[in-house]
Amino acid sequence: MIRLSIPLRQALARLSLPLMIAAAFGVMLLGKADALLAERLRSHLADALSPIYAALAEPMSAVRAAVEEVQALAQLREENAALREENDRLRRWHSAALALESENEMLRRQLNFLPEAAPAFVTARVVADGGGTYARAVLLATGPQHAIRKGQVALDDRGFVGRVTEVGSRSARVLLATDMNSRIPVTLESSRARALMVGSNAARPRLSQWPEGVMPVDGERVVTSAEAGAFPAGLPVGVVRLSDHGAPEVELFARLDRLDAVRLFDYGLRGILPPEAVARPEPRQGRR
Amino acid sequence: MASPPFRRPEGRPAPAPGLLRRIDAFARLAFPGVSTAVLMVLAAAPVSLPSPVLAAALPCVAFWTVFRPAAMSPPVTFALGLLLDLLTMAPLGAGVLVLLALHGVALRLRRFLARQSFLAVWLAFCAAAAGGAVLYWALQALLALSLPPIAPAMHGALLAAGLYPLIALVLTRIHEAMRIAENTP
Repeated sequence: MIRLSIPLRQALARLSLPLMIAAAFGVMLLGKADALLAERLRSHLADALSPIYAALAEPMSAVRAAVEEVQALAQLREENAALREENDRLRRWHSAALALESENEMLRRQLNFLPEAAPAFVTARVVADGGGTYARAVLLATGPQHAIRKGQVALDDRGFVGRVTEVGSRSARVLLATDMNSRIPVTLESSRARALMVGSNAARPRLSQWPEGVMPVDGERVVTSAEAGAFPAGLPVGVVRLSDHGAPEVELFARLDRLDAVRLFDYGLRGILPPEAVARPEPRQGRR
Repeated sequence: MASPPFRRPEGRPAPAPGLLRRIDAFARLAFPGVSTAVLMVLAAAPVSLPSPVLAAALPCVAFWTVFRPAAMSPPVTFALGLLLDLLTMAPLGAGVLVLLALHGVALRLRRFLARQSFLAVWLAFCAAAAGGAVLYWALQALLALSLPPIAPAMHGALLAAGLYPLIALVLTRIHEAMRIAENTP
């Protein structure tokens, strides 16, 4: 170490702060003059420090995982409480359903009610949207071994989809409830009023022809009606929603925009069958 | 030693200038700067905190300047400021000037501050941190010739003010230990 006299050392110590401040301004100028210098220095520093950070990453990720674990546990607790509550509610409904079932059974016994046969169904995959004569229709891939016939009812896992209108040997076309040509007889579940669900090519078909004195209420469930012998009664269709103009529409349970597979039910009903759809106008003969 | 050639006026025997002794003294001298640098590097590790590097540097520099100015000299402060600028994305020189300004203010006030209670020192540090953050922001705006948002700088100042008691608690222990080690022959 260089031996310096005490006054000189004191002077140096007093001078070092202004010197350093001047050096700071110099660094600023240098940084402004050579913009790449800072980047180069930064990358060198990052190279030097990366092993430290790599070593730190392990415990830090462990800590983070622990924190996430704790959060997940808290979330789990909340979810558990919600599920418990829901379970209680469902249990109540379950017991109510059991009671209703036994009551129903008893009433049926007393009435000599003719039970409906469980309907047979086949599940078919949706292979194409649209096409054909209709704006809202889907094409199903079926096999020749399936006895598909016109007028069968198509449901997805949630509710009513439409009716079979054309049957080929390996395909069938289903007219969706939203198509303009679709007319479905429905029942408003709480008022038991009959109405007609009229497709409009939009996402929600309209309701029409409901009896006087009854107004479809928002949120009311809509099920099919057995009128005209085209559908069995009570298939879930959707809920009533009032449009912006106050017109009642039906929000369908079925997700018609993303149909993967539908079930085709054969209820043995031969009410109104749709007319032949593929009735292309014959080219006029002997045109003069 | 048969005849000690020189006796200190305090009456303490002169320590033998052995290698261990010198390493010990050097370690004590280097500890503030090195520990601050390590803390800054750790604070620069990617965690979700707003500008923690500045917040880690300010309390350390202020504490060591007030209580151990010999170890936190202007060159050390300069180096720490350079490290601060390189660890953050600030323009080169801004952090250097902020730390040097803090160092200068703390050096000027250290005789007064060393006699005050912890709370008073903390309050003074809070004011200094706010001033430092504003200076940092102003320098960034000046050097980049654009107006960066002031919120990160203020977050840094708040974080520094909140970190100060924690850091000071640990550093006070270490400082006491160093003083005891220095005073025992």
